[in-house]
Amino acid sequence: MTTLDIIQVLLFIALLIGLTPVLGKYMYKVFTGEKHIMLPVFGWLEKLIYKFVRVNPDNETNWKSYTFGLLLFNMVGFLFVFLIQLFQAQLPLNPSNLANVSWHSAFNTAVSFMTNTNWQGYGGEITLSYFVQMIGLAVQNFVSAATGIAVIIAVLRGISRKNTDKLGNFWSDLTRSTLYILLPLSILFAVVLVGQGVVQNFNSYETVQTLQGGEQVLPMGPAASQIAIKQLGTNGGGFFNTNSAHPFENPTPFSNFLEMFAILIISASLTYTYGKMVGSTRQGWTIFSVMMMLFVTGLTISLYSEYSTNPVFGHLSSMEGKETRFGITNSVIWSTSTTAASNGSVNAMHDSLSPLAGMMAIINIMLGEIIFGGVGAGLYGMFVFVILTVFIAGLMVGRTPEYMGKKVGAFEVQMAIIANLSTSFVILIFTAWAAVSSYGLTSLNNAGPHGFSEILYAFSSAAGNNGSAFAGLNANTLFYNLTLGIGMLIGRFGVIIPVLAIAGSLAGKNITPNSAGTFRTDTWLFAGLLIAVILIVGGLTYFPALSLGPIIEHLLMNSGITF
Amino acid sequence: MKTQLIISIKIFAFFTVLCGIAYPLLITGIAQLVFPEKANGSLIIQENKVIGSELIGQKFDSIIYFSSRPSATEYNPMPSGGSNLGPTSSKLKQLVVDRRAQFVEFNQLSRSENVPSEMLYASASGLDPHISPKAALLQVERIVKARNFDNNQKQQIMKSISELSEAPQFSFLGENRINVLVLNLELDKLDNN
Repeated sequence: MTTLDIIQVLLFIALLIGLTPVLGKYMYKVFTGEKHIMLPVFGWLEKLIYKFVRVNPDNETNWKSYTFGLLLFNMVGFLFVFLIQLFQAQLPLNPSNLANVSWHSAFNTAVSFMTNTNWQGYGGEITLSYFVQMIGLAVQNFVSAATGIAVIIAVLRGISRKNTDKLGNFWSDLTRSTLYILLPLSILFAVVLVGQGVVQNFNSYETVQTLQGGEQVLPMGPAASQIAIKQLGTNGGGFFNTNSAHPFENPTPFSNFLEMFAILIISASLTYTYGKMVGSTRQGWTIFSVMMMLFVTGLTISLYSEYSTNPVFGHLSSMEGKETRFGITNSVIWSTSTTAASNGSVNAMHDSLSPLAGMMAIINIMLGEIIFGGVGAGLYGMFVFVILTVFIAGLMVGRTPEYMGKKVGAFEVQMAIIANLSTSFVILIFTAWAAVSSYGLTSLNNAGPHGFSEILYAFSSAAGNNGSAFAGLNANTLFYNLTLGIGMLIGRFGVIIPVLAIAGSLAGKNITPNSAGTFRTDTWLFAGLLIAVILIVGGLTYFPALSLGPIIEHLLMNSGITF
Repeated sequence: MKTQLIISIKIFAFFTVLCGIAYPLLITGIAQLVFPEKANGSLIIQENKVIGSELIGQKFDSIIYFSSRPSATEYNPMPSGGSNLGPTSSKLKQLVVDRRAQFVEFNQLSRSENVPSEMLYASASGLDPHISPKAALLQVERIVKARNFDNNQKQQIMKSISELSEAPQFSFLGENRINVLVLNLELDKLDNN
């Protein structure tokens, strides 16, 4: 590593810390109904939406009704995206005459974009028309992210309110997230991206005669508008097959820096919103610190691993699956950010990363996508760990566990455990299934432990709603399309429903005032405990699986063994 | 239940129009107005013919051109792709050994020459337009011979390499690099003069 590499890493982290309170405060204003700068711009649109759908935004509902609306809305989105893929050849905006998509691939993709996963079993430029990309996928990029934000805002209301069953109005939370947060940031970002060279047009593909006398077909399309939201909304689904490694998606180091930054900024800022809403920014910064410490640890291990010699090849720093303009450092900041947040876009091929860097990517996902995590999703995932931590801390000192003055009872802990188990169930059971079945194994691109890592990564990615992959795995098969699709559904709603249930239950409780015996949740002690719980739960659950994949691969690689 | 479903459908329709139609059209409008060349793929046009995009690498393995990086898709963008070979892949190991030998022989370098990493490994997209300036310099002698260039023309090549080399953006972001297609176009110009 050079000084320049270190400067890039430090600048990235410093900007993240610096902008967190700015955007966090803005989002607080959006959801508490205070005046903010986007109100004059889109306020009329918000009113128009309420009028059109006949919703009174002040009409708040209980957690069951909130969840029900959320599920219905997501189901409608799923059906729409599923159907337009099945009939894209008959639909407009398909200048390159792409054929209809198979039903299982369409199912997988529709689930994938609805759940904010953006796992891609297909190659964008050879599979999906502009119509599907824009009107189907780009819309899900917005609303799945807005769904995540709505859930965390409902949770925050549950924590900060008392003796009520009202968690808010889902339709208004959804609308405000989209109109005031995602849309303005995307517009700004998309224009900057085009300025760097990202394509944005409706031309058909361009056939060119290359200088050396070959032929090359250049894909086109409205890419910039989609890339802006796929980064900001932690969706990650690329317009083209190789995602942000493709020069048309990510042409310069500057576009790269912004795209990486966009992955984390909303999720990071939400911790500040959290603090504001529960009335103590210290609480928010405590969670931010936990996330940042885990992030920096993962980044350091990955950088160390990538800059070490691979004894198999005998020289430093493999550029396999990396782009010259980004180099090693920017590829690793990206691989860490995209897996810490449940983004899943890539600017380098994770399959070709060194074993420990690949393992950190998997671990980031396995821990539950809580290191900043998906927009909204990261913070409500972290909230589950917070509940577990105060519970365990309560057991240790023999007091009834409390969080923000709310007594944490059996129901909350049960729900937290369900949320936690649903992802580990998907990762471990489905990986085991694929690893012992012929239809699971024929899709592998690499032999030996790396092949196992490909499967483990795929199901972790689905369960964590991440969407990145060890992309050598051919996942566009009936088996993988279905199991990964189901995995994404469990990983998304198996967490959202229990979390909203906890929020509903907490909202109904009274707030007991702080006393000398209260276990404080805004201290370094608590941060340390929280990290311990995250690592122990993650470590114990997944260590055996990891040791069969990346860990053993690392040991074998150091002995120069290949497969 | 029924009212919730109707609300879902209506609000979904609204967002589809807003985020799926209005938003990309707005961005396309701004893009075509402010950055028309970039929005349309940074195409390079010579004598009314499109010969490529400045951003998309092309396959160069001819003796009279600077070679581009190895590519898992041979620079075919339909679809883009990397090799996805892992760090313990024997296939990748063999590829690297072969590429090194080939690069050294092709450019008549000494066996102990330290070949830049990007010339031994395939890129992520398969379309990487860049190589490092060092990788370009290693190829100069071979091209001078193949094109029968005199010393003056060789100096011109060296000058082009140093002019076309891009330092990290804003002097700290990204890596040193040079665009192979642009450099090879420069070469052809030199030959025509």
